[in-house]
Amino acid sequence: MSLVQVDELCVTYGATPALSRVSLRIDPGEIVTIVGPNGSGKTSLLRAIIGAIKPFKGQVSHARDLKIGYVPQKLHIDETLPITVSRFLNLQGGVTSTDISDALTQAGVPELEKAQLSQLSGGQFQRVLLARALIAKPDLLLLDEATQGLDQRGSASFYQQIETVRNTTGCAVLMISHELHVVMSASDRVICLNSHICCEGTPAVVASAPEYRALFGSGTGGALALYRHEHDHGHDHADHHHHHTKVVE
Amino acid sequence: MMDDFMIRAALAGIGVAFAAAPLGCFVVWRRMAYFGDATAHAAILGVALSLAFSMSIFVGTVVVALLMALVVSILSGRGYAMDTLLGVLAHSAIAFGLVAVSFLSGVRIDLMAYLFGDILAVSQDDLAVIWGGAVLVVALIGWRWSALLTSTLNEDLAYASGINPKREQLALTFALAITVAVAIKVVGVLLIAAMLIIPAAAARPLSRTPEGMALMAGLIGVVSAIIGLRAAYVFDTPAGPSIVCIAALTFLVTSVFKAVRPQR
Repeated sequence: MSLVQVDELCVTYGATPALSRVSLRIDPGEIVTIVGPNGSGKTSLLRAIIGAIKPFKGQVSHARDLKIGYVPQKLHIDETLPITVSRFLNLQGGVTSTDISDALTQAGVPELEKAQLSQLSGGQFQRVLLARALIAKPDLLLLDEATQGLDQRGSASFYQQIETVRNTTGCAVLMISHELHVVMSASDRVICLNSHICCEGTPAVVASAPEYRALFGSGTGGALALYRHEHDHGHDHADHHHHHTKVVE
Repeated sequence: MMDDFMIRAALAGIGVAFAAAPLGCFVVWRRMAYFGDATAHAAILGVALSLAFSMSIFVGTVVVALLMALVVSILSGRGYAMDTLLGVLAHSAIAFGLVAVSFLSGVRIDLMAYLFGDILAVSQDDLAVIWGGAVLVVALIGWRWSALLTSTLNEDLAYASGINPKREQLALTFALAITVAVAIKVVGVLLIAAMLIIPAAAARPLSRTPEGMALMAGLIGVVSAIIGLRAAYVFDTPAGPSIVCIAALTFLVTSVFKAVRPQR
Protein backbone atom coordinates (compact mmCIF):
# COMPACT_ATOMS: atom_id res chain seq x y z
CA MET A 1 0.00 0.00 0.00
CA SER A 2 1.46 3.38 -1.01
CA LEU A 3 1.50 6.21 1.49
CA VAL A 4 0.45 8.76 -1.08
CA GLN A 5 -1.00 8.21 -4.50
CA VAL A 6 -1.37 11.05 -6.99
CA ASP A 7 -3.47 10.34 -10.06
CA GLU A 8 -3.54 12.51 -13.17
CA LEU A 9 -3.24 15.64 -11.03
CA CYS A 10 -3.85 18.97 -12.75
CA VAL A 11 -3.42 22.25 -10.88
CA THR A 12 -4.10 25.66 -12.38
CA TYR A 13 -3.70 29.21 -11.07
CA GLY A 14 -6.39 31.20 -12.85
CA ALA A 15 -5.78 30.33 -16.49
CA THR A 16 -2.16 29.31 -15.93
CA PRO A 17 -1.59 25.60 -15.66
CA ALA A 18 0.98 24.68 -13.02
CA LEU A 19 0.76 20.91 -13.13
CA SER A 20 -0.68 18.73 -15.82
CA ARG A 21 -1.52 15.07 -15.47
CA VAL A 22 1.03 14.25 -12.80
CA SER A 23 0.85 10.75 -11.36
CA LEU A 24 3.11 9.32 -8.72
CA ARG A 25 3.21 7.06 -5.68
CA ILE A 26 5.30 7.19 -2.57
CA ASP A 27 5.96 3.87 -0.88
CA PRO A 28 6.93 3.37 2.77
CA GLY A 29 10.59 4.02 3.55
CA GLU A 30 11.75 5.37 0.18
CA ILE A 31 13.49 8.67 -0.46
CA VAL A 32 12.12 10.40 -3.53
CA THR A 33 13.48 13.66 -4.85
CA ILE A 34 11.68 16.03 -7.16
CA VAL A 35 13.91 18.14 -9.35
CA GLY A 36 12.87 20.71 -11.90
CA PRO A 37 13.51 24.29 -13.02
CA ASN A 38 11.93 27.31 -11.32
CA GLY A 39 8.20 27.51 -11.89
CA SER A 40 7.97 23.84 -12.81
CA GLY A 41 5.28 23.20 -10.19
CA LYS A 42 7.39 21.46 -7.55
CA THR A 43 5.97 23.41 -4.63
CA SER A 44 2.45 23.19 -6.09
CA LEU A 45 2.79 19.42 -6.12
CA LEU A 46 3.82 19.34 -2.47
CA ARG A 47 1.05 21.74 -1.49
CA ALA A 48 -1.48 19.63 -3.35
CA ILE A 49 -0.25 16.58 -1.42
CA ILE A 50 -0.81 18.27 1.95
CA GLY A 51 -4.20 19.57 0.80
CA ALA A 52 -3.31 23.27 0.73
CA ILE A 53 -4.44 23.56 -2.89
CA LYS A 54 -7.35 21.85 -4.52
CA PRO A 55 -6.69 19.85 -7.68
CA PHE A 56 -8.32 21.22 -10.82
CA LYS A 57 -8.53 17.65 -12.06
CA GLY A 58 -7.29 14.32 -10.83
CA GLN A 59 -6.87 13.34 -7.22
CA VAL A 60 -4.52 12.90 -4.31
CA SER A 61 -5.15 10.05 -1.92
CA HIS A 62 -3.45 9.32 1.37
CA ALA A 63 -3.04 6.02 3.16
CA ARG A 64 -5.39 5.70 6.13
CA ASP A 65 -4.15 7.67 9.18
CA LEU A 66 -1.16 8.95 7.25
CA LYS A 67 0.98 11.23 9.39
CA ILE A 68 2.83 13.87 7.42
CA GLY A 69 5.80 15.85 8.69
CA TYR A 70 6.17 18.96 6.60
CA VAL A 71 9.23 21.18 6.38
CA PRO A 72 8.28 24.32 4.45
CA GLN A 73 10.58 26.23 2.15
CA LYS A 74 10.79 29.12 4.55
CA LEU A 75 8.85 30.15 7.57
CA HIS A 76 8.71 33.73 8.66
CA ILE A 77 8.20 34.17 12.38
CA ASP A 78 6.80 37.59 13.10
CA GLU A 79 8.88 39.54 15.62
CA THR A 80 5.67 40.18 17.57
CA LEU A 81 5.10 36.48 18.26
CA PRO A 82 7.20 35.22 21.18
CA ILE A 83 7.72 31.48 21.04
CA THR A 84 10.41 29.15 22.32
CA VAL A 85 11.67 26.16 20.38
CA SER A 86 10.14 23.70 22.82
CA ARG A 87 6.73 25.42 22.62
CA PHE A 88 6.97 25.38 18.83
CA LEU A 89 7.63 21.64 18.85
CA ASN A 90 4.56 21.15 21.04
CA LEU A 91 2.11 23.15 18.91
CA GLN A 92 -0.38 20.34 18.66
CA GLY A 93 0.00 19.37 22.28
CA GLY A 94 0.49 15.92 23.75
CA VAL A 95 4.27 15.97 23.44
CA THR A 96 6.50 15.15 26.40
CA SER A 97 9.78 16.90 27.15
CA THR A 98 11.59 13.64 26.31
CA ASP A 99 9.95 13.70 22.87
CA ILE A 100 11.18 17.26 22.43
CA SER A 101 14.78 16.55 23.32
CA ASP A 102 14.72 13.35 21.23
CA ALA A 103 13.44 15.20 18.17
CA LEU A 104 15.98 17.99 18.59
CA THR A 105 18.78 15.46 18.95
CA GLN A 106 17.53 13.63 15.88
CA ALA A 107 17.58 16.90 13.95
CA GLY A 108 21.09 17.62 15.19
CA VAL A 109 20.36 20.61 17.46
CA PRO A 110 19.90 19.23 21.00
CA GLU A 111 20.90 22.48 22.73
CA LEU A 112 18.20 24.78 21.36
CA GLU A 113 15.21 23.79 23.50
CA LYS A 114 14.90 27.08 25.37
CA ALA A 115 15.91 29.43 22.54
CA GLN A 116 13.50 31.93 21.02
CA LEU A 117 12.51 30.93 17.50
CA SER A 118 13.07 34.41 16.11
CA GLN A 119 16.71 34.42 17.22
CA LEU A 120 17.90 31.25 15.49
CA SER A 121 20.31 31.27 12.57
CA GLY A 122 19.10 29.99 9.19
CA GLY A 123 20.66 26.57 9.66
CA GLN A 124 19.39 26.15 13.22
CA PHE A 125 15.93 27.22 12.11
CA GLN A 126 15.74 24.62 9.33
CA ARG A 127 16.79 21.93 11.80
CA VAL A 128 14.17 23.06 14.29
CA LEU A 129 11.60 22.83 11.48
CA LEU A 130 12.86 19.32 10.81
CA ALA A 131 12.58 18.46 14.51
CA ARG A 132 8.99 19.72 14.50
CA ALA A 133 8.21 17.59 11.47
CA LEU A 134 9.78 14.54 13.16
CA ILE A 135 8.14 14.90 16.54
CA ALA A 136 4.80 13.50 15.43
CA LYS A 137 6.65 10.37 14.20
CA PRO A 138 5.52 10.86 10.60
CA ASP A 139 5.12 8.11 8.01
CA LEU A 140 6.08 10.61 5.35
CA LEU A 141 8.44 13.54 5.54
CA LEU A 142 7.91 16.33 3.00
CA LEU A 143 10.76 18.77 2.48
CA ASP A 144 10.39 21.82 0.26
CA GLU A 145 13.89 23.07 -0.50
CA ALA A 146 14.65 22.70 3.16
CA THR A 147 18.28 23.75 2.78
CA GLN A 148 17.64 27.10 1.18
CA GLY A 149 20.07 29.60 2.64
CA LEU A 150 22.45 26.95 3.98
CA ASP A 151 25.99 26.72 2.69
CA GLN A 152 27.40 23.69 0.92
CA ARG A 153 28.55 21.96 4.08
CA GLY A 154 25.37 22.83 5.98
CA SER A 155 23.09 21.37 3.34
CA ALA A 156 25.23 18.27 2.85
CA SER A 157 25.05 17.51 6.56
CA PHE A 158 21.33 18.33 6.56
CA TYR A 159 20.67 15.71 3.89
CA GLN A 160 22.87 13.23 5.71
CA GLN A 161 20.65 13.82 8.72
CA ILE A 162 17.59 13.11 6.58
CA GLU A 163 19.06 9.82 5.44
CA THR A 164 19.91 8.89 9.03
CA VAL A 165 16.36 9.74 10.09
CA ARG A 166 14.94 7.55 7.34
CA ASN A 167 17.23 4.71 8.32
CA THR A 168 16.33 4.91 12.01
CA THR A 169 12.60 5.69 11.80
CA GLY A 170 11.75 4.09 8.46
CA CYS A 171 9.69 7.06 7.29
CA ALA A 172 9.42 7.84 3.61
CA VAL A 173 10.84 11.12 2.37
CA LEU A 174 9.62 13.25 -0.51
CA MET A 175 11.76 16.28 -1.12
CA ILE A 176 12.33 19.11 -3.51
CA SER A 177 15.83 20.32 -4.00
CA HIS A 178 17.96 22.41 -6.26
CA GLU A 179 21.12 20.84 -4.96
CA LEU A 180 21.06 17.96 -7.37
CA HIS A 181 24.55 16.72 -6.66
CA VAL A 182 23.82 16.36 -2.95
CA VAL A 183 20.36 14.87 -3.09
CA MET A 184 20.77 12.66 -6.13
CA SER A 185 23.16 10.38 -4.29
CA ALA A 186 20.87 10.05 -1.28
CA SER A 187 17.70 9.35 -3.26
CA ASP A 188 16.18 6.03 -4.16
CA ARG A 189 14.18 7.64 -6.92
CA VAL A 190 14.28 10.96 -8.73
CA ILE A 191 11.34 12.60 -10.46
CA CYS A 192 12.14 15.29 -12.97
CA LEU A 193 9.24 17.73 -13.14
CA ASN A 194 8.46 20.49 -15.60
CA SER A 195 4.68 20.94 -15.23
CA HIS A 196 4.46 17.32 -16.24
CA ILE A 197 6.75 14.46 -15.27
CA CYS A 198 9.60 14.50 -17.79
CA CYS A 199 11.36 11.41 -16.58
CA GLU A 200 11.80 9.40 -13.44
CA GLY A 201 13.81 6.54 -12.06
CA THR A 202 16.98 5.90 -10.12
CA PRO A 203 19.38 8.85 -9.91
CA ALA A 204 21.66 7.27 -12.51
CA VAL A 205 18.80 6.72 -14.96
CA VAL A 206 17.46 10.25 -14.58
CA ALA A 207 20.88 11.88 -14.80
CA SER A 208 21.44 10.28 -18.18
CA ALA A 209 17.92 10.81 -19.54
CA PRO A 210 17.78 13.21 -22.51
CA GLU A 211 14.77 15.08 -20.99
CA TYR A 212 16.77 15.76 -17.87
CA ARG A 213 19.80 16.89 -19.85
CA ALA A 214 17.61 19.23 -21.82
CA LEU A 215 16.48 20.92 -18.61
CA PHE A 216 19.70 20.94 -16.64
CA GLY A 217 22.40 21.23 -19.27
CA SER A 218 24.04 18.65 -21.46
CA GLY A 219 27.28 18.09 -19.58
CA THR A 220 28.60 14.58 -19.96
CA GLY A 221 29.68 13.92 -16.40
CA GLY A 222 26.26 13.49 -14.84
CA ALA A 223 26.14 14.69 -11.25
CA LEU A 224 29.73 15.92 -11.30
CA ALA A 225 29.02 18.22 -14.23
CA LEU A 226 26.03 19.60 -12.40
CA TYR A 227 28.15 20.15 -9.35
CA ARG A 228 30.52 22.32 -11.33
CA HIS A 229 27.77 24.03 -13.19
CA GLU A 230 25.94 25.13 -10.09
CA HIS A 231 28.98 26.73 -8.58
CA ASP A 232 30.01 28.55 -11.70
CA HIS A 233 27.87 31.48 -10.68
CA GLY A 234 26.47 33.23 -7.69
CA HIS A 235 29.51 32.98 -5.44
CA ASP A 236 32.35 35.28 -4.62
CA HIS A 237 35.74 34.46 -5.94
CA ALA A 238 37.26 32.87 -2.85
CA ASP A 239 34.28 30.60 -2.40
CA HIS A 240 34.34 29.74 -6.07
CA HIS A 241 37.95 28.78 -5.95
CA HIS A 242 37.43 26.69 -2.84
CA HIS A 243 34.67 24.67 -4.47
CA HIS A 244 36.72 24.02 -7.55
CA THR A 245 39.46 22.68 -5.40
CA LYS A 246 37.00 20.32 -3.83
CA VAL A 247 35.76 19.16 -7.22
CA VAL A 248 39.29 18.46 -8.36
CA GLU A 249 39.91 16.37 -5.26
CA MET B 1 -16.63 55.82 48.04
CA MET B 2 -16.91 53.73 44.88
CA ASP B 3 -20.44 54.23 43.72
CA ASP B 4 -22.49 51.44 42.30
CA PHE B 5 -22.10 52.72 38.73
CA MET B 6 -18.35 52.79 39.20
CA ILE B 7 -18.36 49.12 40.14
CA ARG B 8 -20.43 48.27 37.09
CA ALA B 9 -18.08 50.35 34.94
CA ALA B 10 -15.04 48.56 36.34
CA LEU B 11 -16.62 45.16 35.76
CA ALA B 12 -17.48 46.18 32.18
CA GLY B 13 -13.93 47.37 31.55
CA ILE B 14 -12.46 44.16 32.98
CA GLY B 15 -14.82 42.06 30.81
CA VAL B 16 -13.71 43.82 27.63
CA ALA B 17 -10.02 43.62 28.59
CA PHE B 18 -10.49 39.92 29.27
CA ALA B 19 -11.89 39.21 25.77
CA ALA B 20 -9.60 41.65 23.98
CA ALA B 21 -6.35 40.18 25.34
CA PRO B 22 -6.11 36.80 23.57
CA LEU B 23 -7.87 38.12 20.48
CA GLY B 24 -5.61 41.19 20.43
CA CYS B 25 -2.54 38.93 20.43
CA PHE B 26 -3.75 37.24 17.25
CA VAL B 27 -4.59 40.61 15.73
CA VAL B 28 -0.99 41.69 16.39
CA TRP B 29 0.65 38.41 15.29
CA ARG B 30 -1.38 38.21 12.09
CA ARG B 31 -0.99 41.91 11.32
CA MET B 32 -4.73 42.43 11.33
CA ALA B 33 -4.73 45.80 13.12
CA TYR B 34 -6.43 47.62 10.25
CA PHE B 35 -8.82 44.75 9.80
CA GLY B 36 -9.82 45.17 13.44
CA ASP B 37 -10.24 48.89 12.88
CA ALA B 38 -12.44 48.41 9.82
CA THR B 39 -14.64 45.91 11.66
CA ALA B 40 -14.98 48.28 14.60
CA HIS B 41 -15.85 51.24 12.41
CA ALA B 42 -18.51 49.22 10.64
CA ALA B 43 -20.19 48.86 14.02
CA ILE B 44 -21.45 52.45 13.89
CA LEU B 45 -23.47 51.44 10.83
CA GLY B 46 -24.71 48.53 12.92
CA VAL B 47 -25.83 50.94 15.63
CA ALA B 48 -27.79 53.00 13.08
CA LEU B 49 -29.48 49.92 11.63
CA SER B 50 -30.30 48.56 15.08
CA LEU B 51 -32.00 51.81 16.03
CA ALA B 52 -33.84 52.04 12.68
CA PHE B 53 -35.23 48.51 12.98
CA SER B 54 -35.49 48.77 16.77
CA MET B 55 -33.52 45.65 17.48
CA SER B 56 -30.80 44.98 20.01
CA ILE B 57 -27.66 47.02 19.39
CA PHE B 58 -25.57 43.96 20.21
CA VAL B 59 -27.20 41.91 17.44
CA GLY B 60 -27.01 44.79 14.94
CA THR B 61 -23.33 45.44 15.51
CA VAL B 62 -22.37 41.75 15.44
CA VAL B 63 -24.18 41.28 12.13
CA VAL B 64 -22.69 44.36 10.46
CA ALA B 65 -19.20 43.62 11.82
CA LEU B 66 -19.42 40.08 10.42
CA LEU B 67 -20.66 41.40 7.07
CA MET B 68 -17.75 43.82 6.99
CA ALA B 69 -15.26 41.03 7.68
CA LEU B 70 -16.89 38.97 4.94
CA VAL B 71 -16.72 41.80 2.39
CA VAL B 72 -13.05 42.37 3.22
CA SER B 73 -12.16 38.72 2.73
CA ILE B 74 -14.13 38.54 -0.53
CA LEU B 75 -12.58 41.70 -1.97
CA SER B 76 -9.03 41.03 -0.81
CA GLY B 77 -6.74 39.69 -3.49
CA ARG B 78 -8.81 41.25 -6.26
CA GLY B 79 -6.51 43.98 -7.40
CA TYR B 80 -6.41 46.25 -4.34
CA ALA B 81 -3.71 46.38 -1.73
CA MET B 82 -5.06 45.34 1.66
CA ASP B 83 -4.41 48.70 3.33
CA THR B 84 -6.18 50.59 0.52
CA LEU B 85 -9.14 48.24 0.67
CA LEU B 86 -9.41 48.50 4.46
CA GLY B 87 -9.01 52.28 4.30
CA VAL B 88 -11.86 52.54 1.83
CA LEU B 89 -14.14 50.18 3.76
CA ALA B 90 -13.40 51.43 7.28
CA HIS B 91 -14.00 55.06 6.49
CA SER B 92 -16.98 54.44 4.22
CA ALA B 93 -18.56 52.34 6.94
CA ILE B 94 -18.24 55.08 9.51
CA ALA B 95 -19.41 57.77 7.07
CA PHE B 96 -22.44 55.78 5.98
CA GLY B 97 -23.13 54.96 9.61
CA LEU B 98 -23.09 58.62 10.63
CA VAL B 99 -25.31 59.57 7.68
CA ALA B 100 -27.70 56.72 8.48
CA VAL B 101 -27.95 57.87 12.09
CA SER B 102 -28.91 61.39 10.94
CA PHE B 103 -31.87 59.93 9.02
CA LEU B 104 -33.35 58.50 12.18
CA SER B 105 -36.11 60.98 12.93
CA GLY B 106 -37.55 61.16 16.40
CA VAL B 107 -34.65 59.31 17.97
CA ARG B 108 -32.18 61.62 19.59
CA ILE B 109 -29.17 59.52 20.17
CA ASP B 110 -25.96 60.54 21.73
CA LEU B 111 -23.45 59.81 18.97
CA MET B 112 -20.53 60.53 21.24
CA ALA B 113 -21.58 57.62 23.41
CA TYR B 114 -21.12 55.22 20.49
CA LEU B 115 -17.97 56.82 19.12
CA PHE B 116 -16.11 57.03 22.43
CA GLY B 117 -18.09 54.77 24.71
CA ASP B 118 -20.18 55.51 27.76
CA ILE B 119 -18.83 53.14 30.33
CA LEU B 120 -20.32 55.04 33.29
CA ALA B 121 -23.82 54.38 31.91
CA VAL B 122 -23.38 50.60 31.77
CA SER B 123 -26.51 48.89 33.11
CA GLN B 124 -26.90 45.47 34.70
CA ASP B 125 -28.18 44.16 31.36
CA ASP B 126 -25.23 45.65 29.49
CA LEU B 127 -22.94 43.98 31.98
CA ALA B 128 -24.58 40.62 31.32
CA VAL B 129 -24.11 41.07 27.55
CA ILE B 130 -20.49 42.19 27.96
CA TRP B 131 -19.55 39.25 30.19
CA GLY B 132 -21.54 36.79 28.11
CA GLY B 133 -19.73 37.96 24.99
CA ALA B 134 -16.35 38.03 26.70
CA VAL B 135 -16.70 34.47 28.00
CA LEU B 136 -17.82 33.33 24.54
CA VAL B 137 -14.79 34.94 22.87
CA VAL B 138 -12.29 33.58 25.40
CA ALA B 139 -13.86 30.12 25.22
CA LEU B 140 -13.80 30.14 21.41
CA ILE B 141 -10.17 31.24 21.23
CA GLY B 142 -9.15 28.86 24.01
CA TRP B 143 -10.83 25.99 22.18
CA ARG B 144 -9.14 26.76 18.85
CA TRP B 145 -5.86 27.94 20.41
CA SER B 146 -3.36 25.39 19.00
CA ALA B 147 -4.99 25.34 15.59
CA LEU B 148 -5.09 29.13 15.45
CA LEU B 149 -1.48 29.36 16.54
CA THR B 150 -0.35 26.83 13.93
CA SER B 151 -2.28 28.62 11.17
CA THR B 152 -0.80 31.93 12.28
CA LEU B 153 2.74 30.56 12.11
CA ASN B 154 2.33 29.07 8.64
CA GLU B 155 -0.70 28.02 6.63
CA ASP B 156 1.02 25.09 4.93
CA LEU B 157 2.21 23.80 8.28
CA ALA B 158 -1.43 23.89 9.36
CA TYR B 159 -2.64 22.02 6.28
CA ALA B 160 0.03 19.36 6.76
CA SER B 161 -1.21 18.84 10.35
CA GLY B 162 -4.80 18.48 9.15
CA ILE B 163 -5.91 21.97 10.18
CA ASN B 164 -7.91 24.15 7.81
CA PRO B 165 -6.53 27.69 8.25
CA LYS B 166 -9.58 29.21 6.52
CA ARG B 167 -11.85 27.79 9.20
CA GLU B 168 -9.58 29.15 11.93
CA GLN B 169 -9.65 32.54 10.26
CA LEU B 170 -13.43 32.39 10.36
CA ALA B 171 -13.38 31.64 14.11
CA LEU B 172 -11.13 34.64 14.64
CA THR B 173 -13.39 36.90 12.56
CA PHE B 174 -16.39 35.77 14.58
CA ALA B 175 -14.56 36.48 17.84
CA LEU B 176 -13.62 39.91 16.54
CA ALA B 177 -17.22 40.77 15.68
CA ILE B 178 -18.40 39.74 19.16
CA THR B 179 -15.63 41.72 20.83
CA VAL B 180 -16.49 44.83 18.83
CA ALA B 181 -20.12 44.50 19.79
CA VAL B 182 -19.41 44.16 23.50
CA ALA B 183 -16.71 46.82 23.58
CA ILE B 184 -18.79 49.52 21.90
CA LYS B 185 -20.39 50.62 25.17
CA VAL B 186 -17.09 50.63 27.01
CA VAL B 187 -14.59 52.37 24.72
CA GLY B 188 -16.67 53.22 21.63
CA VAL B 189 -16.02 52.27 18.00
CA LEU B 190 -13.07 54.62 17.55
CA LEU B 191 -11.02 53.11 20.36
CA ILE B 192 -11.93 49.40 20.20
CA ALA B 193 -8.87 48.61 18.11
CA ALA B 194 -6.77 50.29 20.79
CA MET B 195 -8.05 47.86 23.43
CA LEU B 196 -7.11 44.99 21.13
CA ILE B 197 -3.68 46.12 20.06
CA ILE B 198 -2.14 48.19 22.85
CA PRO B 199 -2.24 45.64 25.73
CA ALA B 200 -0.93 42.91 23.40
CA ALA B 201 1.85 45.13 22.10
CA ALA B 202 2.71 46.21 25.65
CA ALA B 203 2.88 42.56 26.71
CA ARG B 204 5.25 41.51 23.92
CA PRO B 205 8.58 42.54 25.52
CA LEU B 206 7.65 40.73 28.74
CA SER B 207 6.76 37.40 27.14
CA ARG B 208 8.60 34.31 25.97
CA THR B 209 5.64 32.19 24.86
CA PRO B 210 2.35 32.94 23.07
CA GLU B 211 0.35 31.94 26.15
CA GLY B 212 2.47 34.16 28.35
CA MET B 213 1.81 37.07 26.04
CA ALA B 214 -1.96 36.51 26.10
CA LEU B 215 -2.02 36.35 29.91
CA MET B 216 0.20 39.39 30.23
CA ALA B 217 -1.99 41.30 27.75
CA GLY B 218 -5.02 40.40 29.86
CA LEU B 219 -3.33 41.62 33.00
CA ILE B 220 -2.28 44.89 31.36
CA GLY B 221 -5.79 45.39 29.94
CA VAL B 222 -7.47 44.79 33.30
CA VAL B 223 -5.06 47.05 35.19
CA SER B 224 -5.49 49.77 32.53
CA ALA B 225 -9.27 49.53 32.84
CA ILE B 226 -9.19 49.89 36.63
CA ILE B 227 -6.57 52.67 36.79
CA GLY B 228 -8.09 54.45 33.79
CA LEU B 229 -11.52 54.52 35.40
CA ARG B 230 -10.09 55.75 38.66
CA ALA B 231 -8.18 58.48 36.81
CA ALA B 232 -11.33 59.47 34.92
CA TYR B 233 -13.15 59.77 38.26
CA VAL B 234 -10.41 61.80 39.91
CA PHE B 235 -9.59 64.13 37.02
CA ASP B 236 -13.09 64.19 35.54
CA THR B 237 -11.86 63.00 32.14
CA PRO B 238 -13.74 60.81 29.61
CA ALA B 239 -13.53 57.21 30.85
CA GLY B 240 -12.92 55.22 27.62
CA PRO B 241 -10.04 57.42 26.40
CA SER B 242 -8.56 57.45 29.93
CA ILE B 243 -8.39 53.64 29.91
CA VAL B 244 -6.65 53.69 26.52
CA CYS B 245 -4.20 56.33 27.79
CA ILE B 246 -3.16 54.11 30.69
CA ALA B 247 -2.68 51.16 28.32
CA ALA B 248 -0.58 53.39 26.05
CA LEU B 249 1.57 54.49 28.99
CA THR B 250 2.11 50.83 29.89
CA PHE B 251 3.21 50.20 26.31
CA LEU B 252 5.69 53.05 26.67
CA VAL B 253 7.08 51.59 29.88
CA THR B 254 7.50 48.04 28.54
CA SER B 255 9.05 49.35 25.32
CA VAL B 256 11.64 51.26 27.34
CA PHE B 257 12.19 48.11 29.40
CA LYS B 258 12.85 46.20 26.16
CA ALA B 259 15.29 48.86 24.94
CA VAL B 260 17.19 48.68 28.22
CA ARG B 261 17.24 44.87 28.18
CA PRO B 262 17.65 44.05 24.48
CA GLN B 263 18.45 40.39 25.10
CA ARG B 264 14.78 39.64 25.68
